[in-house]
Amino acid sequence: MDTAIEVSGLVVRRGKRTVLDHFDCAVARGSVTGLLGPSGSGKTTLMRAVVGVQVVAAGTVTVLGSPAGSPALRGRIGYLTQAPSVYADLTVRENARYFAALHRLGARAADEAVETVGLTGAAGQLVAGLSGGQRSRASLACAIVSRPEVLVLDEPTVGQDPVLRDELWAHFRRMAADGATVLVSSHVMDEANRCDRLLLIREGVLIADDTPAAVKHAAGSDDLDQAFLNLIRAHEKVTT
Amino acid sequence: MILASTVRRILTQLRHDPRTIALIVVVPTLLITLIYFMYDGQPRVFDRVALTMLGIFPFIVMFLITSIAMLRERTTGTLERLFTTPIGKLDLLFGYGIAFGLAATVQATVAAGFAYWALGMHAAGGLGLVVLIAVANAVLGVALGLLCSAFARTEFQAVQFMPLIVAPQLLLCGLFVPRERMVGWLHGISDVLPMSYSVRALTEVGTHPEPTGTMWRDLGVVLAVTVLALGVGAATLRRRTA
Repeated sequence: MDTAIEVSGLVVRRGKRTVLDHFDCAVARGSVTGLLGPSGSGKTTLMRAVVGVQVVAAGTVTVLGSPAGSPALRGRIGYLTQAPSVYADLTVRENARYFAALHRLGARAADEAVETVGLTGAAGQLVAGLSGGQRSRASLACAIVSRPEVLVLDEPTVGQDPVLRDELWAHFRRMAADGATVLVSSHVMDEANRCDRLLLIREGVLIADDTPAAVKHAAGSDDLDQAFLNLIRAHEKVTT
Repeated sequence: MILASTVRRILTQLRHDPRTIALIVVVPTLLITLIYFMYDGQPRVFDRVALTMLGIFPFIVMFLITSIAMLRERTTGTLERLFTTPIGKLDLLFGYGIAFGLAATVQATVAAGFAYWALGMHAAGGLGLVVLIAVANAVLGVALGLLCSAFARTEFQAVQFMPLIVAPQLLLCGLFVPRERMVGWLHGISDVLPMSYSVRALTEVGTHPEPTGTMWRDLGVVLAVTVLALGVGAATLRRRTA
């Protein structure tokens, strides 16, 4: 497979706690890969390592052939943080235009991104006055504005209404079809079914890396929640 | 291009906050007026104190605004996101320096102009040099604010840096006790505080019709400390964090 993201032997420590312990995984180019796991399992840390803002203790993270965080990658990745990271005292449009300008893009790219996330009607509003769901979509607009080759999304659909969530996922699929690599974290299992591949992570350890169908098959359950639970139990038996 | 966009973004943020703009523009003018009535009938004392204050206000205001603004970038995650984009550290630091420097120019011009025309403040060297030194002081405040924000985790902590950084400079800059009359060790401390130089530069403008060598040298010291603080500030900005 053509690999866009390759993580090898990654160790991340935060204080005395080891968040990721010799973590390995690979993400195929042009795919939508779901990163699933409970809160505190290391999803955000892994994503931060991929976008190159995480201090790592050991191991390598390679993105599009370059070490994560290298200057050559900065124009080619988009990152959505879990908490919306936009300027509350700017309007949606002004936020999108600023992030577009950082990639040397103009107002048109910004307006398109705002439209993609369904905020054209609120484009002139200050982010501070938006609802939580709108705010996170404003943040998403700033992540996709540069049409990045690698898009790292930390829980992009939390708090969105079902219709919008469906539209956003359709958009992620479209971006992947156009050749972008999308790494998206979630703890909503029904979203996992829309991924090409799943990475199941718990307490910093990868416990499954397969297609949704294969994960369900291996775990002997059609319900991904149950499948995840079975895999965790099976994994615990092996390690103890 | 990125620098210009960053300056524009910071000024737009400011523009959406009319109350802050009003505070920036009006407060120093009000305080100068207060000083005018405090020293009613002592025009020479008013001249000296008002000139010094014209240098100190922009420093304090810009120090506070900048340290809070930068801390917000850190705590809301925008800084982390910026560092995944092609922006350079210097784009960000100079973005703040230029944007708030422009705000400080408006502030200093209004306050100095009001003191000069409405309150009859006398400055032998002219208003232009007063504004120039005031703006240099404001940019120094921006640079030190950026630096200090690296050492604060919350806005509460950031505010505490103000008395720590500002108060000693205010007390030892020569406003309360002439610097030459301080005991040796105090004079020594005063010598390494940048505000001592900006206050002396302003005093020179107040008393000499032509710009003096001392004034230019002192202004140079203020600018050098500003560049130094920005450089150290850049070193404390990390793309990768724990």
